[in-house]
Amino acid sequence: MTRQQSQQLAIWVITAVSAIVVIPILIVILYMLYNGISTISWEFISQPPRNGMTEGGIFPALLGTIFLTLGTAVAAIPLGVGAAIYLAEYAGDNRLTRAIRLAIVNLAGIPSIVYGLFGLGMFVLFLNYGTSILAGSLTLGLMTLPVIISTAEEAILSVPQEFRIVSLSLGATRWQTIRNQVLPHALPGIITGVILGLGRAAGETAPILFTVAAFYLPNLPKSIFDQSMALPYHLYVIATQVPGMPLGIQYGTALILLFIVLSLTLVATLIRSTMRRRREW
Amino acid sequence: MKEQAMTPAKISVKNTTFTYGDGTQALKNINLDIRPNELFVLFGPSRSGKTTLMRLMNRLSDLIDDTTREGEILFNGQDVFGRRTDITDLRRRVSMVFAIPTPLPGSIYDNMTYGLRMAGIRDKAVIDERVERGLQQAAIWDEVKDRLDSSAFALSGGQKQRLCLARSLALEPEVILLDNPTSGLDPISTATVERSLYELKQTYTIIMVPHSVQQAARVADRAAFMLNGELVEVGTQQELFLNPHDKRTEDYITGRFG
Amino acid sequence: MAAQTNLNSMPPQDEATTPTNWRELVIENLIRLAGISAVLIITMIFLFLLREGFPAFVEVPLSDLFSSRWYPIEDKFGLLPLLAGSLIVTVGAVVIAVPLGLTTAIYLGEIAPPWQREILKPFIEVLAGIPSIVLGFFGWVALAPLIQSMGAPSGLTAFTGSLILAYMALPTIISITEDALYAVPKEYRDGALAIGATQWQTIWRVVLPAARSGIVIAVMLGIGRAIGETMAVMLVTGNAANIPDLGFGALFQPVRTMTATIAAEMGEVAQGSLHYSVLFGIGIVLFIITFAINSLATYFVGGGKRRRGGQI
Repeated sequence: MTRQQSQQLAIWVITAVSAIVVIPILIVILYMLYNGISTISWEFISQPPRNGMTEGGIFPALLGTIFLTLGTAVAAIPLGVGAAIYLAEYAGDNRLTRAIRLAIVNLAGIPSIVYGLFGLGMFVLFLNYGTSILAGSLTLGLMTLPVIISTAEEAILSVPQEFRIVSLSLGATRWQTIRNQVLPHALPGIITGVILGLGRAAGETAPILFTVAAFYLPNLPKSIFDQSMALPYHLYVIATQVPGMPLGIQYGTALILLFIVLSLTLVATLIRSTMRRRREW
Repeated sequence: MKEQAMTPAKISVKNTTFTYGDGTQALKNINLDIRPNELFVLFGPSRSGKTTLMRLMNRLSDLIDDTTREGEILFNGQDVFGRRTDITDLRRRVSMVFAIPTPLPGSIYDNMTYGLRMAGIRDKAVIDERVERGLQQAAIWDEVKDRLDSSAFALSGGQKQRLCLARSLALEPEVILLDNPTSGLDPISTATVERSLYELKQTYTIIMVPHSVQQAARVADRAAFMLNGELVEVGTQQELFLNPHDKRTEDYITGRFG
Repeated sequence: MAAQTNLNSMPPQDEATTPTNWRELVIENLIRLAGISAVLIITMIFLFLLREGFPAFVEVPLSDLFSSRWYPIEDKFGLLPLLAGSLIVTVGAVVIAVPLGLTTAIYLGEIAPPWQREILKPFIEVLAGIPSIVLGFFGWVALAPLIQSMGAPSGLTAFTGSLILAYMALPTIISITEDALYAVPKEYRDGALAIGATQWQTIWRVVLPAARSGIVIAVMLGIGRAIGETMAVMLVTGNAANIPDLGFGALFQPVRTMTATIAAEMGEVAQGSLHYSVLFGIGIVLFIITFAINSLATYFVGGGKRRRGGQI
């Protein structure tokens, strides 16, 4: 085999293998779409499950996931953006900073089920919030922190250094500079990170298993101290725990969950790319 | 401070040595007095410490990590590195215009008012008056008065540079630090800036790093020649450019090196 | 009166804030607290796991923990089957994901024309975004029957789990490898091409060796991702807590991972019971494994990336 032939072969193999990675993703999405689309109706989205969950819709689970995602945002955004500002603008090159960075890497690496255990131990039992939207949101919020911190830090660092120097030279304080010259320009990147993080949180099951999720609830939650159904857990329940569950409802539920999470991911990606194009500098 | 009575200097640099984290001595035992309302030129080859010295005067040098400083810099007799110094106030009084014109994102008007807003000035009448005066003093008012709301990035290079000067002037500083304000400007814009310098020094003290030795000789009241972090020679324009004492100064201004 | 000041040793808020500006002092201290919170949170996670899981290590004899029977109803808490389950599924996932991930990263970084990259990179991000429960559900309703129809006694096997996990670890492996390839200086490639190497020879002999450490990190983080995954493996690995027979056949037996055990059993145990503690104990084991992997990877990176801006 000549060099040229081996070059050809290598390129061909690499391209084929990349296709092996990409095609199954398409298959999963199309499979859910194909099997689930016929179940989707206004009734499916707006009605509670009926008759041992074998009929009706997914409304309480959908609403629960929306509440949990909002709760996650409230819990994670201030802490995450604050930590990102600290790392990008304040932290010196010292042991504390290295400890913080190590902690963030590890927060990102802790298995989601371990977050679930922690949420159970700390929020449900120790702080006595019980199995509740509050406990679930806080657990998901902590899990989302590393995503928000690293994308927000990236966005803050991408603001040109000249803006900071000019702002300081005009007599602005450090915080005024961050507030007026850094954060506004980093905002699209920060929003991207927040939405990406929330998308992950919305689809997570393991952290909410013991902190908020209910198998079935006849009533909608009334406060953040109530339990709630949630879409990912609902999918788990109807797929594995309810005998005689019609497949259509399972596919429909999976499709809705996939749609929510992927549209959040897509929105995040779109914001990032349009804002990159609109920059003046 | 006890020196206050003895020194009429606007800015007084005393025994100042400044070392970067990698060990390079950017400034070696500098002593220098800058008098009120003079146009003082710091010149020398690149990396001789001119910009570093200017950045110490309003503590923009704080932004560099891992540096060591010895000596004192007095502004109106007060140590700028003293514990009680209000840095934001110092930077408004000793205002820097950078070599590369850097407008902030936003309109011309936003740029002009930024420092004032950060200083907490809210009165629209005061702000508008300062904006107009600043732009006029920097000789750019006529060009931008009808488009104050358009983006500062849309200006030409020379206009950006004068906007950055005007932006500093709006703060009504006492000292203006000009780091090569005519770099990248065409001869006509350069002449415009140099003419306005003559007007400005009636009101302000100006410390400037020039574009060239020729420019230094054209605009300076007094000047200092710097080389490798040392202050080689200080003198009036006549002394320094027509009759230098130090061989190195003479070599430099006659173009034998640098 | 020469004063010597090391500027870097000053606390940051003294550098740019007026002494009287209380509002900014409060804001800046809150920001500092947010930064430090990352350390506090991870410490608290570990402490709470210890608090709930500690009894497991005291009350269950070590020999029991290292026995091969997991049968909580009879107080048999042998962790070996679960460790073996996690190990097999993870190793299987890595064996599948690493070649796929590296190759795709090479394609994206070295071969694909820009327009394909523009399409493919968001695609990989989409893969990262698919909830694990949805992938698990897909494995459960589509993949498992397919594998069974190919002759396995059951479709719910370690292999099914590995396959799903491999795809979940792929985005991590691809993006970090791609960064590592990107960091290889262009001169290396130009030099190799200039002396007559083909593109493939350049990639194989020059680019990949130069990106070696980044690739190792990518693989490590991929492992960390796979070992901690819960819902997908819970649905597709059959959840049988036995130590599989060794050999290639091990992949085609049902297994149960540590993560799935916690998820499946925590809902049914009494709080404070020994079983409850042991489940937290498994959490501690998972925490330590992933902590070790991630810390090691960080150590290899060499203390973090160089910053481009920031730091005023």
